[in-house]
Amino acid sequence: MKAEKKTKTIKTIRIDVDKCNGCRACEVICSAFHASPKYSSNNPSRSRIRVIRDPLADIFVPVYAGEYAVAECAGRDKYTIDGKNYDECAFCRASCPSRTLFKEPDSGLPLKCDMCESDPAQEKPLCVQWCLNEALIFEQREVETEGDNKQEELEIGLEALANKYGLSKIKDIVTRMSVSKKG
Amino acid sequence: MRYAETGYNLEIDLTRRNIERVASDPTDTELYLGGLGTNAKILWDRVPPEIDPFSPDNLLIFASGLLCGTPAPGCNRTIVSTISPQTKLMAFSMMGGFWAPELKYAGYDKVILRGKSPELVYLWINNDKVEIRDAVHLKGKGAVETEELIRVELNEPKAQVAAIGLAGENRVYFASIEQGRSSASRGGIGAVMGDKGVKAIAVRGTRDINMARPAEFMELCNKILAYIKKREDNPIPGVMPILAGLGSPQEMKVHDEKWHTENFMWGNSRTRRKDFWNEEIEKNWRETLENSRIRLVSCYNCPMKCAATISVPGYPTYMMKCFSKLTYTMAAYSDLDFGLRIAQNATEYGVDAFSTPQVMAFALELYEAGILTDKDFPGMPLDNNGRFFWLLDRIVRREGIGDILANGTYWAAKHIGNGAEDFAHNNIKKHEQLPLKLSMLNPIYFLMYATGEKINITQIEGQFPQAAFPTMEEREEFVKDWIQVPDEKFKQYLLDWELRGEKSMPFYPTVQMCCEIVDWQERMHYIDDALGMCSGLSSFPLKPPYHIHNYPEFISSGAGIDMDEDKLSQAARRYRTLVRAINIRRGMRRADEKPPADHWKKRFPELEKELLDTYYKFKGWNNDGIPTKEFLHELGLDYVSQDFLLRGILTDREEANHEG
Repeated sequence: MKAEKKTKTIKTIRIDVDKCNGCRACEVICSAFHASPKYSSNNPSRSRIRVIRDPLADIFVPVYAGEYAVAECAGRDKYTIDGKNYDECAFCRASCPSRTLFKEPDSGLPLKCDMCESDPAQEKPLCVQWCLNEALIFEQREVETEGDNKQEELEIGLEALANKYGLSKIKDIVTRMSVSKKG
Repeated sequence: MRYAETGYNLEIDLTRRNIERVASDPTDTELYLGGLGTNAKILWDRVPPEIDPFSPDNLLIFASGLLCGTPAPGCNRTIVSTISPQTKLMAFSMMGGFWAPELKYAGYDKVILRGKSPELVYLWINNDKVEIRDAVHLKGKGAVETEELIRVELNEPKAQVAAIGLAGENRVYFASIEQGRSSASRGGIGAVMGDKGVKAIAVRGTRDINMARPAEFMELCNKILAYIKKREDNPIPGVMPILAGLGSPQEMKVHDEKWHTENFMWGNSRTRRKDFWNEEIEKNWRETLENSRIRLVSCYNCPMKCAATISVPGYPTYMMKCFSKLTYTMAAYSDLDFGLRIAQNATEYGVDAFSTPQVMAFALELYEAGILTDKDFPGMPLDNNGRFFWLLDRIVRREGIGDILANGTYWAAKHIGNGAEDFAHNNIKKHEQLPLKLSMLNPIYFLMYATGEKINITQIEGQFPQAAFPTMEEREEFVKDWIQVPDEKFKQYLLDWELRGEKSMPFYPTVQMCCEIVDWQERMHYIDDALGMCSGLSSFPLKPPYHIHNYPEFISSGAGIDMDEDKLSQAARRYRTLVRAINIRRGMRRADEKPPADHWKKRFPELEKELLDTYYKFKGWNNDGIPTKEFLHELGLDYVSQDFLLRGILTDREEANHEG
């Protein structure tokens, strides 16, 4: 079968830390936009972008909330860039058990940046719109992806599992899963 | 449900170590808005005039403005109010930064301190958890240093900390409260904090602030941002550069200091150096600033960059803003390098950058005049810069002559005597002013200096251009998009205003027009101070994004209080009058209402009398500057007139006279 060409939109926020003045307007508008009902409240602790901010050390880094991590990493990183020492895991986007960042302050549920996808659609994520100093720049591009890539990956994965556990076991599990999904 | 505000204040009794969370009355918010307005109400109710600034019964109130913590851009001010040890009147110094919104997110509108702690303590407000913690180990530490130490000690890098330095601990009358890039400096409120034994207040909050009509409110915010962008891209032509844009004067950005260095006074506000600025100095100062300035920085939720992180080789990094860049330099007849170095010490000590340099220059003038002698300055270095560093150290430690100087020029001169009073020449109501000495009386500024109770010219001026435009074309261009005027007539005043001739200063704008202009300017500052808005986006610059026409909508949709221009103006009048009432009850009268004695060379006594007479009447005050019974009644402040009658400040007969 011939591979079907598909396109995918990649959304990027270019973060120019040299232009950040640490005002945290991005946190303000993010938390307001994601409040329910929309804009009904404001609370930077709920924001999906946080500015790592240590003015006397000249550290101003906006970081976006990424994936939820069930477990923390085996080790931690600590960066020194241009003589500035950044906190442990400073640039990590994960909502992770090792820290309180990117979690709802009351429920502890993880937060994740959704690029303000909403109906009606926003021209740009709100944090970008509110950053008049242009430390946050929104970019969007289309990339072509091979449609059947996933199929191939699935086959390789299944084959490995069949080799390890035997094909019949895999079949049993698939049957059980489909029954329970139906029920 | 309360919108924009939390509806709770923290009441902390330092003597009894008692902490209470107290609900505030929503009616007070309607009448006095918040911030300065409700602070004034509390001070009126709870601090009678017999209470000394350093009495345990004096209150020290840290308030957030009504709209702090909402998404309104630039709304981040902490309004600190108490009775000033220097003026003995109500002080309401303010700071930007990040503290007030954090307090809101912690669930409180105000922190009200009373009593005194016998040992040095700091407060830790972390949502519902509020602690009074030992601060003995922080004694003598710098203000900025203390902020960092507390964040480390609490293991809470996101805590916002307001702290005093050595000056506050030693009750220096011009001690400040420092907080990151900001400080509440005027009126000596840092001394009251030190007197109460409080080294710092750390805050961290993770709660929501609610908006009453969210969609409407956000649309207003977006309009503000769009306006800021447009206004920054189109500076106002024909005015000096620092007045062309928004924000507080962009001192951290600009290198051209010709205007300040040649128009403001040097030394103890004495010498004008008309040909000071030249290429060599410009090159030199530019190098100094560029080598020390790390980054321009903002306050919470504001796109302006009015401050900078400054790192002078050999000194810890600190943050600076606005005119403190030049006050030390000019007081010492020195250069910018010296100014940036001594300002680092001064920031850690926590002192006001207006008063402090002037107090030191005053001391050296007294020395030159022989009123103070060598025995008053044992061990003082011979070089000029060294002397200023030495004097600063003596003052914040209250050692020797420093103990006298630490009370400011007014009280120091009184203490020293022997003609020293003539050298304390740049004060209003006992408080040091910007070093400005000008030629001919400006009637608008006369009224502002005389009657402004914030006692700082930058905190009452704004909105109306400082000088007439030379050509009609320029005037027409200016009024074309002047949407901020409360009434169209102000445009005509500007159009008719000439640099020379019949319609020029000091007789034009007319007395009546001057009253209207000053009242508008002052009203906008008072509204900002209740809402927590930075005057750099509102009352201070020309054509600001916030004004009397959009503020009511912000309050209605943000706080859910039905508001219109009249109701807002009336509220501002109400708490502005309450500030005056507090000061009147403390003895302030017409005799105290005058500009610094030598502010203008050419004075017009008759015109000045007419200005004050007319303005008092315009404001609803009697001829001695006391709010009248009728006016107080109109504002719903009958409790003030009852108190005035009881104390004999107003008498029924005087009222009758006033009516007649």
